[in-house]
Amino acid sequence: MSPLGKRFKLVDDFNQAENHDYHLLPSRFAGLDDGRYLLSNEVGEYLVVDRSQLESYVKKAVDQDSDFYHDLKSKHFLFDDDSNVAIDLLALKYRTKALRTSQFTSLHLFVVTLRCDYTCQYCQVSRQTDDKHAFDMSEETARKALALVFRSPSPAIKIEFQGGEPLLNFNLIQYVVSEAKKLNETHKRDLQFVITSNLSFLDDTVLAFCQEHGIHLSTSLDGNEALHNSNRPRPGKNSYEITVKGIKNAQRFLGRDKIGALMTTTEKSLSQVRSIIDTYLEHNLDCIFLRPLSPYGFAVKNHQTQKYDIDRWFEFYKEGLDYILEINRQGHHFVEVYTQIILTKLLSPFNTGYVDLQSPSGAAIAAIVYNYDGDVYASDEARMLAEMGDRKFRLGSVHTDSYEDIWLSDVLLDTLESSLSESAPMCHDCGFLPYCGTDPVYHYATQQDVVGHKAFSGFCAKNMKIFKHVIKLLEDPDTKKILTNWVR
Amino acid sequence: MMIRLSAKDNAALSAMTHEEPLIAKITVNPNLPNGLRSQSVLIIHEPAAIPDGFGLVLLAFDGEIANAPVNTVRLSNDIRYLKENDVIKFYPAGCKINVLYRKEANVNTFLLTERCNSFCIMCSQPPRDIDDSYLVDDILEALPLIHPETPEIGFSGGETTLIGNDSFTRLIQAAKNHLPNTSLHILSNGRNFNNLDLAIKVSRVQHQDLMIGIPLYADYSQLHDFIVQADGAFDETIRGILNLKRCQVPVEIRVVIHQENYHRLPRLAEFITRNLLFVDHVALMGLEMIGFAKSNQQALWIDPYDYRHELQDAVETMAKAGMKVSIYNTPFCVVPEAIRCHAVKSISDWKNDYLDECSKCSAKQQCGGFFSWNLSKPSLHIQPL
Repeated sequence: MSPLGKRFKLVDDFNQAENHDYHLLPSRFAGLDDGRYLLSNEVGEYLVVDRSQLESYVKKAVDQDSDFYHDLKSKHFLFDDDSNVAIDLLALKYRTKALRTSQFTSLHLFVVTLRCDYTCQYCQVSRQTDDKHAFDMSEETARKALALVFRSPSPAIKIEFQGGEPLLNFNLIQYVVSEAKKLNETHKRDLQFVITSNLSFLDDTVLAFCQEHGIHLSTSLDGNEALHNSNRPRPGKNSYEITVKGIKNAQRFLGRDKIGALMTTTEKSLSQVRSIIDTYLEHNLDCIFLRPLSPYGFAVKNHQTQKYDIDRWFEFYKEGLDYILEINRQGHHFVEVYTQIILTKLLSPFNTGYVDLQSPSGAAIAAIVYNYDGDVYASDEARMLAEMGDRKFRLGSVHTDSYEDIWLSDVLLDTLESSLSESAPMCHDCGFLPYCGTDPVYHYATQQDVVGHKAFSGFCAKNMKIFKHVIKLLEDPDTKKILTNWVR
Repeated sequence: MMIRLSAKDNAALSAMTHEEPLIAKITVNPNLPNGLRSQSVLIIHEPAAIPDGFGLVLLAFDGEIANAPVNTVRLSNDIRYLKENDVIKFYPAGCKINVLYRKEANVNTFLLTERCNSFCIMCSQPPRDIDDSYLVDDILEALPLIHPETPEIGFSGGETTLIGNDSFTRLIQAAKNHLPNTSLHILSNGRNFNNLDLAIKVSRVQHQDLMIGIPLYADYSQLHDFIVQADGAFDETIRGILNLKRCQVPVEIRVVIHQENYHRLPRLAEFITRNLLFVDHVALMGLEMIGFAKSNQQALWIDPYDYRHELQDAVETMAKAGMKVSIYNTPFCVVPEAIRCHAVKSISDWKNDYLDECSKCSAKQQCGGFFSWNLSKPSLHIQPL
């Protein structure tokens, strides 16, 4: 390269780092595969490095003229005496990642009834099958719950109706929506509603109501007809037919973006991930959430969760994700939601609202549950645990406790305090920490301890495998192009 | 075609009554009411009786003229294009005319100062350490004369903030007062916004449509500081951008691409999406071959075709992150097809040109073409589409 004119100094003249020394910024590393490591900083920026690079970084021996040095500096793994603006930028990025915690509870789940017309073996919420109106939420309970909802400082409030089958108590849904909208005339939040339903009772009245209030629908679709009907039995053995008809009606009437579906993995699902995904494509759904079964409700009573382990589930996920990438390569945008959440954490300055991957845990401070009887739980899983007889994470009741009683209860504060990954054994020094979180209810349910020993944690095993897999997928430029399109 | 914005070879045809330079608006109407004439410049394109009372009369033709009134000047050929509503500065001493504003121009840029606290290796307008504080007064005088329907004006330098915080904010305030429907684009290296007070002052003006364009040439300090030839500039510029955005002043990041920084372009794009995602626009700019860029041509020039992969990578990284990204100063045919939608016509009309072969190109209408002074050093991969 030809030199510049004499009036100009050379690039070496602008290195003000004394003795070529540098300071390490907070970072962590974890093994990725043979001889390679993931190096991540406090705000989730990362580099994949080999052993010698990692050692030279830690020993402060990286050559200051190398691209590796500039990468480490640009991604804020180190700073030198030439520049200290990294500290300002890291502070800004940390605040951005933690923004949701400061905004507090945005998702409010109303369990409007425990009644359900289905008899799913894996049911995680312990439905009541017959006509027991004792398991319906009353207007009085709903009104008291709503008063708590609007105490949350969150600028966005989402009210999600859960069950049982919530449409079995449609009158109460109508009541809550109307009351919430009235309250919001003074509170002026970004207010949204979701009904999580099996769509059995999705008639024109319900659709018109959803249309009028911009309500989203969320349903369960486990796969092809045989699999879905086997996983989700109902009298008449036609749950698949009812569900896909409901999805179609909702798409037509409300718009494709107003209806989403979730799947739950059972042992039967494991060998048919491609067929499950095809079912989603056939019904014009543009994403799928490949979810493992959680260890609550009937799923535990019936030993459903023990029938397959994390390794087997991961193979299922990996095969599914490969197939989804292939679908995207053919020019069709289709997203796996869990991967999307992780990609957003890896590739953007933001965090996601996904409750299970937050530190501190999102229990009660991201999402909270108002049960049909007015009891308040830290999470949907905490309610499931309670229905199994363990009321460990019951925070109070809308009938007897104030906002302060509930959100400052010892059980919640203790749980949150012990749910900081940054101080949890085996988490605090893990390279995947910026992308992970803690799930105290899961660890309590499986290990009777809210922190849990991560060596025996299915949560840790599952997430580590997924993180490593996704990070390696990102190394292929063409795959990366697809995956960056998923980032929200 | 290149348009000259200044001419010295004008000829006085009669006595000059002006002692001081005159900043005034051009009219083609010889019957302008008497009360308005002394503050107006009449331009005449063919022999005719010249009415009295105009502040200045410009003859845009060569023929003889009888009985020229005082303050009559024959225009240099270079600036006979002047039209109704244009604004000029006339220097009676040397009969020099500077064109301050052309109503027809795609953008009118005002030079605030030639002084600068950086010394960029590719500067297209090398700084001069002179006292040019009169420029601020000129602009304050010119702004009220500018046509109110002008879509956009620009302030450029040198380093614009070097005119002082008070003058800087006063100019923005004047632009807001006189041109409430005009957007204002200001170029600055951002370093002085390291001082939060200046950012606060600018935001308090509450200009209706302001954008401050700030260059960021690399994703780490040493390379940026080398390119702007100023130690500490990277940190000051980043803190300046943060301060402006803290005050909700719109900011555009401008990246000039050359031999010294093209290889870090994808990294810079990542750096911007991770750290400065909240800026309002990013412009990735081809080199303007004049000033230092020309004298340092051997060290700096890289054919845009040779950095097309880095360019595409950078554009896609930022666009996918939801940022508004544009490619400036780069002919359409050397921009990869996938990112052509980001290529815009960025070059001011007075210094915008095309090669002969461009007349055969079907995309000429959408193409920004070349800086007039880049015609001698075009990409080797120019081809009509």
